[in-house]
Amino acid sequence: MKEKIVEVDKLSFSYGENKVLDDVSFYFERGDFIGIIGPNGSAKSTLLKLMLGILKAKEGSIKLFGKDIEKFDDWKKVGYISQNVREFNTKFPATVEEIVGANLYSSMGLFKKLNDELKGRIQHALSIVDMNGHKDELVGNLSGGQKQRVFIARALVNRPEILFMDEPLIGVDIDSQNKFYNLMERLNKEYGMTLVMVSHDIGVITNKVNKILCLGNRNVCIHYPENLKEGFYKEVFGGDMNIIIHEH
Amino acid sequence: MLELFSYTFMQRAFVMGIIISVIAPTIGLFLVLRRLSIIGDTLSHVALAGAAFGILTGIYPVYTAIMFSLAGAIGIEKLRREYDQYAELSLAIVLSAGIGLASILISLGNTNGIMAYLFGSLALVSSKDILVVFVLGMFILFSVLYFYKGLFYIAFDEESAKIAGVPVKRINIYFSLLVALTIAISMRIVGVLLISSLMILPVATSLLIAKSFKQALIYSNLFGIISVMIGLVLSFYLDLAPGGTIVLTALSILLLIMLINHKRK
Repeated sequence: MKEKIVEVDKLSFSYGENKVLDDVSFYFERGDFIGIIGPNGSAKSTLLKLMLGILKAKEGSIKLFGKDIEKFDDWKKVGYISQNVREFNTKFPATVEEIVGANLYSSMGLFKKLNDELKGRIQHALSIVDMNGHKDELVGNLSGGQKQRVFIARALVNRPEILFMDEPLIGVDIDSQNKFYNLMERLNKEYGMTLVMVSHDIGVITNKVNKILCLGNRNVCIHYPENLKEGFYKEVFGGDMNIIIHEH
Repeated sequence: MLELFSYTFMQRAFVMGIIISVIAPTIGLFLVLRRLSIIGDTLSHVALAGAAFGILTGIYPVYTAIMFSLAGAIGIEKLRREYDQYAELSLAIVLSAGIGLASILISLGNTNGIMAYLFGSLALVSSKDILVVFVLGMFILFSVLYFYKGLFYIAFDEESAKIAGVPVKRINIYFSLLVALTIAISMRIVGVLLISSLMILPVATSLLIAKSFKQALIYSNLFGIISVMIGLVLSFYLDLAPGGTIVLTALSILLLIMLINHKRK
């Protein structure tokens, strides 16, 4: 049996009086490529932030690499591409190298200097996303697709074992999207990286992932793409959102 | 020109000026990039109440200003949690408290010396001021160097910084302390009403030309130093308040760089 990297047990979460997750349980195994889908407001991003400890769960437990999220501190194993990357200040005076290097915080010594080994890791991460020639450019001057690749490099620089992505393809052109999925396939197959990706584009994502975590009606269900029956999309996204029928 | 250096008070003013001109824009850069530039204004009004309290009670005003602005920084953090959807409201409340308290304290007794804290003064810089500014200035500078990477990452993307292992909460609280200290030690030369300008204007100028974060920091310091040096010389020869000459010099540099940038385009 594969190692369980993320374990969520009886998790509930509310925004004030509004309960968005109710007694949710699931797990992700090493090497999984998981797509998290669901209608707007179904708490996809909330669930991601809970798994990363950005939001605190009041009921239930979340474990990363077998350790309770409250006590988890081995953040080098975790990569994260947030939705914020699209909203960042494009006038922020930082180069590609500075942004990617910032994620090496935990690997830097007491005075947080970048030694040759760490500089090499920045180069390597940039070469994986084919952005080596842009390391001295201001991030704000890059195109949407290039920025996205920089943020992937930033997540990869720590050589994480799991990569969480929150809608990474919004505002990215088709060509860049294809490159993105090719890269994800490489990371998943070659590097054995576990990938967790929130997306609203279920048409594409269901063809790329090996598990689908479907959110709706404050609950989750795991599906496998090969078992998706006809009418699945309509059940998840169409008509009355309160009526979602899952068959397993 | 060199005659101004023959005066002890000018030598002191220049030593203090150099320290402040490095610290204020350094702290200012992180404030601007986090869109928190108004904090400087808020805490300087609280520091004014502190200075007035010091003058009234006979305690060294820089110490009381430090205590008041620290209390102000803590107040902002507490209120921010109370009004999490209206972050700027916490600043407005603390600013009101500071200015209200300052006006009451100033009207309570003999606070004639308060003008020197409002607009800055060269003549009143004592050797004790130099020592305090030097010690605290070095403390602020080394703190920024130590937390540089963390502060940079938080300014760019706080959420990702947290995942990368940056102790965001701890650094944020520590940074508030540094802002409060910077304001308290800058007020002797620049004056409380103009401190935030010295924190912001050199940064605004550097952002027009910087091609990296490191450059933004270096240019901010450079423009800060030039503004303070020219401002102090003008203040001496024209007999004007140093705060005003420093800030107007910083503003002139900003306008000049803007003009050059426009001509290039």
